[in-house]
Amino acid sequence: MRAVGIILAGGNNSRMRELSDKRAIAAEPIAGSYRAIDFALSNMSNSRVQRVAVLTQYNSRSLNEHMSSSKWWDFGRKQGGLFVFPAMLTANNSWWYRGSADSMFQNISFLKESHEPYVVIASGDGVYKLDYNKVLEFHIAKRADITVVCTECTRDEVNRFGVVRMNEDSRIVEFEEKPMVPKSNLISAGIYVIRRRLLIELLEKCAAEDRWDFVKDILIRYKDLKKICGYKMDTYWSNISTVESYYRTNMDFLDPEVRSYFFRQEPNIYTRVNDNPPAKYNPGCQIRNSLISAGCILNGTVENSVLSRNVFVGNNCVIKNSIVLSGVYIGENTHIENCIVESRDTIRANSYYCGEDGIKIVIEQNERYVL
Amino acid sequence: MICMLLAGGQGSRLGVLTDNVAKPAVSFGGKYRIIDFALSNCINSGIDTVGVLTQYRPLRLNTHIGIGVPWDLDRNYGGVSVLPPYEKSSDSDWYTGTANAIFQNIEYMEQFDPEYVLILSGDHIYKMDYEVMLDYLNVIKADVTIAVMPVPIEEASRFGIVVTDESKQVIQFQEKPPVPAGNLASMGIYIFTWKVLKDALVKLQHQSNCDFGMHVLPYLLDGGKRLFAYEFNGYWKDVGTLGSYWQANMELIDIVPEFNLYEEYWNVYTRSDVQPPNYISDKAFVERCIIGEGSEICGVLKNSVVGSHVWIEEGAVIENSIIMNNSHIGKNTRVDRAIIAEDVEIGANVEIGVGEEAPNTYNPKVYAFGLATIGEHTVIPDGVKIGKNTAIIGETKPEEYPDGILASGGSIIHHIGEQEEGEKE
Repeated sequence: MRAVGIILAGGNNSRMRELSDKRAIAAEPIAGSYRAIDFALSNMSNSRVQRVAVLTQYNSRSLNEHMSSSKWWDFGRKQGGLFVFPAMLTANNSWWYRGSADSMFQNISFLKESHEPYVVIASGDGVYKLDYNKVLEFHIAKRADITVVCTECTRDEVNRFGVVRMNEDSRIVEFEEKPMVPKSNLISAGIYVIRRRLLIELLEKCAAEDRWDFVKDILIRYKDLKKICGYKMDTYWSNISTVESYYRTNMDFLDPEVRSYFFRQEPNIYTRVNDNPPAKYNPGCQIRNSLISAGCILNGTVENSVLSRNVFVGNNCVIKNSIVLSGVYIGENTHIENCIVESRDTIRANSYYCGEDGIKIVIEQNERYVL
Repeated sequence: MICMLLAGGQGSRLGVLTDNVAKPAVSFGGKYRIIDFALSNCINSGIDTVGVLTQYRPLRLNTHIGIGVPWDLDRNYGGVSVLPPYEKSSDSDWYTGTANAIFQNIEYMEQFDPEYVLILSGDHIYKMDYEVMLDYLNVIKADVTIAVMPVPIEEASRFGIVVTDESKQVIQFQEKPPVPAGNLASMGIYIFTWKVLKDALVKLQHQSNCDFGMHVLPYLLDGGKRLFAYEFNGYWKDVGTLGSYWQANMELIDIVPEFNLYEEYWNVYTRSDVQPPNYISDKAFVERCIIGEGSEICGVLKNSVVGSHVWIEEGAVIENSIIMNNSHIGKNTRVDRAIIAEDVEIGANVEIGVGEEAPNTYNPKVYAFGLATIGEHTVIPDGVKIGKNTAIIGETKPEEYPDGILASGGSIIHHIGEQEEGEKE
């Protein structure tokens, strides 16, 4: 493909609550067996993008661990491959990434040393499948300066996003970031295509003016000067950066259409291989409408829930409408409802957790029980 | 120490399961293949140079092993190499026996200049630390150690029997003896010092069908070499027949199985192309099963071992069965005591494993144990009934089931290639 890729994965969001204490949003587990960044990485790989930079900053340990080898996404190449750029101190820079534009500006050498004429910018917290080639074709056909991938937001969270309005020629005429009163439900999916030289030029101009945000300082500021077009995607897209949307996105995978779209239709989504044994369903277990990942051992009842890898559910447990992250040991007679259970935890026997109004995040910092 | 892994055998007693793949490439335990256990043992024992000798239908095996990524055997130096038989300027030959196969790859071993060579077979299910076995060899200063395990004396005549003195030094080796002199069976796992092995292979190079148990070990004993038995008391299974294959799979679903895949410190690795979680629908009932990854279960599933990317539709009832990767079971189909290989398509309202037992008419020795065995890429039409001790492979049509029934003991065989009769070992 004639583009390099950049994945913005440095972000944090207080609306992730305790879930972001342990990991960056891009490393949050999705649908039991994946992490959020797998979707952007797999899309890059499936679109045949050869060189991809991942910009990380906030709490990147488990994200880095996840990407410790790039072979799972087929990026273990002699030419190109996967580059992870955390924020760093240098002789002439002592700042963290001050914004999305700054994070790219601080790694401008990656852009300058590339030869591909275009750049695909994606964020690490989107759950979707997209062939970036289609966006690039659109970008070229429209003779756009920047193309923004847009999607219709059907949920009551439009004001979390950049809201756009396009004219009949797909040119974006209005772009409001997180408006209190949204004028439409067409939002930016945080995926952009731009000519590499133009991106370098804009980033340098921005930096010279002490501006650091790609959306505010480039998209919105330049929208009447440059031709910014919107590419409408109409397939599944979801952003996970609040606890509520994270929960909902995981639960979406219980829908057969969503599951078939991601798991049974080409192209595939890839993730790091974890070598877990098959999931084991012991006598007495009752599983209904749930996703069960490899390595789980089940003895109790699980309903409308998503279980990550290596979860142990004890006798007489009831897990309902919950997400259990990987490596959790749940002792006997425990009831968990409307919860997200943090990973590698041990929940004592006879516990009771129930999210009364909203999702409860369960963290018991007990010593880890190893089978 | 380097390892040479023998993976060329057909395993013809597995019937239609090995019609198109070598025995080491047959699925086992949901998501694994039989060879995964030996390969995982190697890397877990710190052996990172493995030659895999292939011969019978190696395509699936080659694809599975690839460059060895799942076992961390993709190395700059060593790693895994697949070693098929090859043509030479004179006397080109297939691998005619276990030792002959190793002899033909003497150059491969020489390039690593190893001190020790571990010889394994890719046919067995077990976990073993070969490093401990090597330590034992070093302590007693043996030339060869042979892993052995005690077997019931009445079964001893099926194995290679090792007779030792009190110090475990081997004094006699009997290959499948009618009257066994002991009950220590060779597990087909040997560590040789390279010098002794090379010397023996070169000396015996003109021996026809040169085999470790039949020729090499007796030759070394006669030559006064120090052969010692290394006793192993863990789980070890040769899943050579459909009955033992089915049994070994079923043992994995016990609450605390004797062969435990869930230990954190001795992982078994495999190639997995499919990684999503399983989905169990609200119409399903699943009990006493293990299920690989990315399977969709909408029916009833009891006492079964299921692979990855399997789809079981609503109303289906599966009991006491093995279903391998990518197979599909239609609505309201009932299956009892069946082995269903990969990529099988079973229609709706089918009944498998019905009626009274009757001996199989095609190959009664292979298709016994009351099992229905269905080979890979088989298609079974809607609404048919299939009895016990049956074998089916290929795309079958409704007219091949007279009155919609394949009675117990019947077979429908459409070979993809040509069938080879008899055991090839």
